Amino acid sequence: MSQHQATPVGGKMMTPTVRILLFIFLVGLALIIWRFAVGLGPATGLSDGYPWGIWIAFDVVTGTALACGGYAIALLVYIFNKGKYHPLVRPALLTSALGYTVAAVGIIIDVGRPWFIWRIPISVGKWNLDSALLEVALCVMAYVMVLWIELSPAFLEKWKDSRHTGLANFSRGLSTFMDKALIWFIALGMLLPTMHQSSLGSVIMLAGPRLHPLWHTPWLPFLFLISCLGMGYAVVVMESTLSSRAFGRRREDKMLASLSGVISVVLFLYVAFRLGDLLVRGRGPLMAGEGMLSVMFWLEIALFLVPAIMLAGSRGRARIGTLFRAALMIILGGALYRFDAYLVAFNPGPGWSYFPSVPEILMTLGLVALEILVFILLVKSFPILSGTSPMAAGSKQGVNT
Amino acid sequence: MDRNRRSFLKGLACAGATVAASAVPAAASDRREAPADAVGMLYDATMCIGCKTCVVACHEANDLPPDNRGDALYDAPQSLNDRTKNIIKLYQGEGRRSYVKQQCMHCVDPACVGACMIGALQKREYGIVTWDSNRCIGCRYCQVACPYNIPKFEWDSTNPRIIKCEMCNHRLADGKEPACCEVCPREAVIFGKYTDLLAEAKNRLAANPDRYVDKIFGEFDGGGTQVIYLSHVPFEDLGLPQLGEEAVPKMNRTIQHGLYKGMIAPAALYVAMGAVMLRNRRAGGHDEGDES
Repeated sequence: MSQHQATPVGGKMMTPTVRILLFIFLVGLALIIWRFAVGLGPATGLSDGYPWGIWIAFDVVTGTALACGGYAIALLVYIFNKGKYHPLVRPALLTSALGYTVAAVGIIIDVGRPWFIWRIPISVGKWNLDSALLEVALCVMAYVMVLWIELSPAFLEKWKDSRHTGLANFSRGLSTFMDKALIWFIALGMLLPTMHQSSLGSVIMLAGPRLHPLWHTPWLPFLFLISCLGMGYAVVVMESTLSSRAFGRRREDKMLASLSGVISVVLFLYVAFRLGDLLVRGRGPLMAGEGMLSVMFWLEIALFLVPAIMLAGSRGRARIGTLFRAALMIILGGALYRFDAYLVAFNPGPGWSYFPSVPEILMTLGLVALEILVFILLVKSFPILSGTSPMAAGSKQGVNT
Repeated sequence: MDRNRRSFLKGLACAGATVAASAVPAAASDRREAPADAVGMLYDATMCIGCKTCVVACHEANDLPPDNRGDALYDAPQSLNDRTKNIIKLYQGEGRRSYVKQQCMHCVDPACVGACMIGALQKREYGIVTWDSNRCIGCRYCQVACPYNIPKFEWDSTNPRIIKCEMCNHRLADGKEPACCEVCPREAVIFGKYTDLLAEAKNRLAANPDRYVDKIFGEFDGGGTQVIYLSHVPFEDLGLPQLGEEAVPKMNRTIQHGLYKGMIAPAALYVAMGAVMLRNRRAGGHDEGDES
């Protein structure tokens, strides 16, 4: 039982890794301030032909899919009642909460008039219910809050024992309430991603004739939804493997092995739907002969299919190296699918091109650095990760991270 | 593991079935018609001499600064942009050349309007698609959605606007025509009631079948547009997209409305998930002490 108990990792905060991440973040922050001073034109490679670039394709569309670990694991633990995955829930929720928060920040940087964003949730009478993007915006706003609420027991657990009596009493009171109410937040935490991860597929579906027919299909919402589940599980595998190494935690190999059986099924399903849909609608011939786009298409399929096969047999699953490589491929595959749908296969017509500007890339890196930075700081101070060997806390391994 | 996998598959299959089932009944035709008071423009490429008087007049009428960024001497935009709502371009195909006028098509069922989150872009009076600065957060989804690549963004502004033709709706209020139609020396572009313009285009086609490609662009294309075109060269050569007759936002509307009609499906899913979790908890499926 003790290995299921989440505990803070502890150890020094200002490690060299943290310093480097902080530096990358500060560079990004300075550029973000500059972007608001000069406007989007000088700061980015965006144009009227390619109005969306890596901030949308990576920070928002791919970033939130990678942040589906919390969603994917919660689905297993609470709906399919697989309690054995429970130790994976908190770290998955933390990566999700951070991923979505960073995506929300990315949106604020990307839109031209962020000072009007508050009008979206309150302008109920003006909501355009045809707009998939409206649905995404409302869901993401709500989900960021829900994720932090879902994670709140980790904070309350620590604050309950705070020397500050006010904080301790508040935390105890809130804990009692949360014990009862949490289930309904968790349900919301599964409903909202189901809605907006599929809607991210609908969003680019509206590009219609400008999106290449290998990607444009009425099944876009469904394909986005199941691929985000695969990506969510893959991130949990990665995060668990990396944390166990970085913080000297006991590895959760067995759990990850049986989890990857689930991943394999999800991936096969994605590939079957993707190919089946194209064949049924007579778009099979496009799979070859569309030059670079056909190559990208098969690369995507391979990045889903190969890990699906790797994880299909119990022998592959048992090896942590295989698991890790498979997870990496799924993440790349899911990211490529989203990049292709939002950028590569999007054709605004002749004369337009897009490549992200250096500041655009640095701002994205800054946000990613912030995400990892906060993850490290929070798992060190709050009970997020399970299976600590008490030796590890504050040991050299811990300090190194 | 096997049971686990089976139940998981079942869950996914259910989700898929829900998507499919709810989308199908909504797929019934919802072709939209232009409003009764709709106005529009008819551009006849055979009559245009490419004088660009309309480009200059548009700049003046809409208080847009001249676009002299290419050459400091002339107001000479290269394409529609943050200072240019209307432009004349020359297309040189095999054999014949033609001018073409580009501006917002004022679609009967516009993709930009379908995209816009809180209705900054909407079909307002006379079916004209206009932009309301108070409702725009600058997300640029309209630019992604528009199959004609019309809405432009003020990339160099710190408080950017969307720039597009609004059919000089401020002039219409004073009983005037759109500036481009008023100044055209050849009446290559004319303004009028949408139904009158369609009739006029049909008359021209019937009277001079040899002069034109036998099609009015915009009569049905992409669900129809209130700006319609006649031409002597194929419309693809003029840079107009081949959209088919279905309105661009229709597939999205079908799926969005299918899935979210009355929020019934999401509400049902929410309650179902809550119920499953409560059942699991009562059954003591796993350790309760560590809820999160």
